[in-house]
Amino acid sequence: MFGDSIRKCLAGLQGTQTWRVGIAVIAKENYPLYIRSVASQSELKFHYTVHTSLDVVEEKISAVGKSLGDQRELYLGLLYPTEDYKVYGYVTNSKVKFVIVVDSSNTSLRDNEIRSMFRKLHNSFTDVMCNPFHNPGDPIQSKAFDGIVSGMMVQTG
Amino acid sequence: MADEAPFQFLHSEVIQYVFGASDSGDAETGRNITKVESMGFRVGQGLIERLTKETSRFKDELDVMKFICKDFWTCLFKKQIDNLRTNHQGIYVLQDSKFQLLSHLSAGKQYLDQAPKYLAFTCGLVRGALSNLGVKSIVTAEVSIMPACKFQVMIQKI
Repeated sequence: MFGDSIRKCLAGLQGTQTWRVGIAVIAKENYPLYIRSVASQSELKFHYTVHTSLDVVEEKISAVGKSLGDQRELYLGLLYPTEDYKVYGYVTNSKVKFVIVVDSSNTSLRDNEIRSMFRKLHNSFTDVMCNPFHNPGDPIQSKAFDGIVSGMMVQTG
Repeated sequence: MADEAPFQFLHSEVIQYVFGASDSGDAETGRNITKVESMGFRVGQGLIERLTKETSRFKDELDVMKFICKDFWTCLFKKQIDNLRTNHQGIYVLQDSKFQLLSHLSAGKQYLDQAPKYLAFTCGLVRGALSNLGVKSIVTAEVSIMPACKFQVMIQKI
């Protein structure tokens, strides 16, 4: 009985150690289509972080023609690190931006893991776009998309 | 993508269905053409999202048009656009000498007056695809001898 409750306690603690702080999908006109953050984080701060990261995304997109070795990749990489978070960006060919914010303290998250997360997001987003009940430009209400995002956010270390 | 036959037949039936119900007047025909064109628009948007999942970002407008002429057209009609012309001021003309959706209608001047109905969906497809890639445009089509046809894309500078 005692052992059981300790286990539950530990499981509860482990459950709150989420790697991802939040995920946002932004339309090409720069308004949010979908924002999800972990409950313990203050929503406003997360929205603000995503908003400021849009400037960096724009800079990266427009700088593409002028830099040497421009790969014109969809994955934009680490946008900027703050003291608490690291922000990663990705832009699709239809100018829809995905932003993932993770805890800075999590150093074990590798680049290709972030890339695969973006790929999953992109695939899921494509499915949403092809859904006839979804109007492009509307906030995303698909439960399937919700499920994918939840799966990515709650990953215990 | 899938075999082209189901799409061709489905397309013909959709046109017959939309236009068959009302045979009266130019206004009605105009409305129907708009209806079919907006169907194509929505399909184009979704299709381009799927097709550009793996491709790298486009450099400029011309790059976008080349993509439409090659990969997009190949995905839809199993062939590329035969000729792309531009005046470098926002007008592009895409020529297809054997347009698939018209090739089973006739091989000359017969049924020429019915051709616009069969081109509306494709105009919408191109417009939807371009719109999702960030290019606002107006797409029209003209045909003088079947099955060759020309699609004219006018880019709208906002």
